[in-house]
Amino acid sequence: MENIGALSILLAFCLAVYAVVGSVIGRLKRNPFLVVSSERAVYSVWALLTIASALLIYSLLTGDFRMGYVAAHTDQTMPAIYKFTAWWGGQEGSLLLWAWLLATYSAIAVFTNRHKFRDMMPWVTAVLMATETFFLILIAFVLSPFGILEAGRGNIVEGMGRGLNPLLQYWTMVIHPPMLYLGYVGFTVPFAFAMGSLITKQPGEAWIHTTRRWTIITWLFQSTGILLGQGWAYAVLGWGGYWAWDPVENASLLPWITATAFLHSVMMQEKKGMMKVWNMVLVSGTFFLCIFGTFLTRSGVVSSVHAFAQSPIGKYFVYFLAIGIAATLALILDRVKYLKSEARLESVVSRESSFMFNNLILLASCFAVLWGTLFPVISEAVTGEKISVDAPFFNRINVPIGLGLLLLTGVGPLIAWRRSSVESLRRAFFWPSTAAVALMAVLAVFGVWAHPYALMSFGLCMFVAATIFAEFWKGASAISVKSQVGLIPAAIELTHRNTRRYGGYLVHMGIVFMFIGYTGAAFNQDVTKEVVPGGTFQLGHYTFRVTNMEQGENGNYTWQKLQIEASSGASSLGIMDPERRFYKASQQPTSEVSIRRRLNEDVYLNFAGVSSDNQRAVVQAYVFPLVTWIWIGYWVLAIGTLVCLVPSKVRLSYARTQVLGMAQKHAKVTN
Amino acid sequence: MKTYAKFGALVAVIVGVLAWLALGGVSENKTYYKTITEVQQMGDQAHVKRLRVDGYVVPGSIVRNGAAVSFVMHQDPSKRGQDPIILKVVYSGIDPLPDTFKDDAQTIADGKLGTDGVFQANKIQAKCASKYEAKPQMKTDATRASM
Repeated sequence: MENIGALSILLAFCLAVYAVVGSVIGRLKRNPFLVVSSERAVYSVWALLTIASALLIYSLLTGDFRMGYVAAHTDQTMPAIYKFTAWWGGQEGSLLLWAWLLATYSAIAVFTNRHKFRDMMPWVTAVLMATETFFLILIAFVLSPFGILEAGRGNIVEGMGRGLNPLLQYWTMVIHPPMLYLGYVGFTVPFAFAMGSLITKQPGEAWIHTTRRWTIITWLFQSTGILLGQGWAYAVLGWGGYWAWDPVENASLLPWITATAFLHSVMMQEKKGMMKVWNMVLVSGTFFLCIFGTFLTRSGVVSSVHAFAQSPIGKYFVYFLAIGIAATLALILDRVKYLKSEARLESVVSRESSFMFNNLILLASCFAVLWGTLFPVISEAVTGEKISVDAPFFNRINVPIGLGLLLLTGVGPLIAWRRSSVESLRRAFFWPSTAAVALMAVLAVFGVWAHPYALMSFGLCMFVAATIFAEFWKGASAISVKSQVGLIPAAIELTHRNTRRYGGYLVHMGIVFMFIGYTGAAFNQDVTKEVVPGGTFQLGHYTFRVTNMEQGENGNYTWQKLQIEASSGASSLGIMDPERRFYKASQQPTSEVSIRRRLNEDVYLNFAGVSSDNQRAVVQAYVFPLVTWIWIGYWVLAIGTLVCLVPSKVRLSYARTQVLGMAQKHAKVTN
Repeated sequence: MKTYAKFGALVAVIVGVLAWLALGGVSENKTYYKTITEVQQMGDQAHVKRLRVDGYVVPGSIVRNGAAVSFVMHQDPSKRGQDPIILKVVYSGIDPLPDTFKDDAQTIADGKLGTDGVFQANKIQAKCASKYEAKPQMKTDATRASM
């Protein structure tokens, strides 16, 4: 069994190498047979890796504890779903998942474009399979998922296996890693098309149009993965946070930032033929940051709470990154003359410039996060002392950046291409600004002025929400009058006519909701108390009374549970029951927090422990205002992204805007 | 060209402000990684600088006392209770201690060394190391399996 698995990986490796060599030679010698046979090699790589993955999953599910990977990541008592997820629970398996996903994406990309871009496709295949080869080297020769325990060789069965960390036995953790992988791996495809386009000196934006869907879908996967991680941290870890600027979290954020910048700046290229070099840099940067993130998470270069162990694969990543980045840079520099901008920046107050500022501050944020994450490595290299920076550093720089981006989210879409007149600006922004100022004035009166960033954030959220609402209102009421339908069907019709624009507004709205949620963190309250049954304590306007403390035991863990009656003023809010468990197999305690989720604020109770004399329970109570809006924002963002993927009914919006004329008129017709 | 000059000026302002924030952030926030031995050799500097100390929890040393938790860290994971290199730590931060924080766990404490020689931590991280790496005797033999 394990031999077949290892053999499949080895064969897949050979075929991936063949696909790289075959498609390059086939292209250079103009040999269509070689090109097609290389494309078939891609499908075979996929088939072989599917076999390998299926065998690994089978071994995990049936508990073949002779295998090192199975023994290290599952145990006999685990539910089947967690045995399955052990596929990506450890280093070797998750690399296999990476390789399999990349093979799947490659097969789809090659298949859907098999009759198109005959010029460019061999290069695309070569880039995809070169990346695949790299990952297959890792699992074929360095860290095989099919290794057999030495103890298992003489039929000595290791026993039960060591199981999965109980903290990770939670539903979002089941899908969080594959979502992030789908997002990371997926960016290889736009990168491969970009490179193919550069190598063959394609004149147009074919690669952008072809990969638009890939980019959007993989961006959605990345966003989903990041948000699931946040949701898990909030609901499981017991400190109520969702982001700690840990290196591993940062590793997932970096490519998301550049991907977001790329999604915006490609519009400049599609509509104006500007920023061509920049887009190449962004798509390559995102791809390499995805690889870099994988490297950071696994190599132990930067210490982190959830990094995998030190492993021998770090240096392979360094080689791959060094060669890849050098080759990409050389290629871009060599082809710069084919990437000439077709238009010039005409005014600082224009759509073009708002895109540029959007990119500038996204990249600044990316750079700051990267710098902060690698600070220990850099400082050790320069001064010999290992120095780290933590959350306050990241917040200090990213909070103003976030607010700047939020402002651009409101301003950018309404400002005209080329240049904007004062009159048109006044018309577009008078009501949104008024609404924002009014909200800020009211909030200031109620005491928010003590948190200037929060006040600004709420004001900007109002501003952006008002501009988006106005856009829908304007369009929908025109349709409603013209076709005699209600406002809601009219809004749907409007969205359907230009899904890309109005879907984009929905995504922006999702971001606004998330900002509302993040801003709520400025008003968090917490208290830690030692209590006995019958005792009470207070937090904000809430009163908590401990009514009971129970304990018990089952096969998997022992538990202690508190029953706490929460009330606000005279009205009871019901019983909350935070719990503490001690898992026997792993000898690890966990907290099961109790959360009362509401739109205005969450009440969050954590049973943190028992005092040393075993008499009193230590309870941490938190109030987290507005945190639910983060999760709501995610759903709005996801729906908006999906809307963007629906083909538009009316195709007028993506012609190049070469027409001269009144700026405002322009802004109404096109995006 | 005037447009580009204006644009350039705006870019310079934004980048300048962010760089200023970043540099200020680094100097206010920097934390020095030290081992227990290094902390003990630092002298007075140890009371001033923010430190991040790496070590292992001495079994049985964790004591909860109200909201504060005290424990003892030692340096060499193979020596457990017998390690002569130790550091007393008192944690009084607001965040709850991680569930992975227990006897023998690898622990990182952030804070400053008090004048009484007790380390005042405001953040504790703990890694349940055994969950992430294979035991040494569980060597896998990848090459032979692939034959």
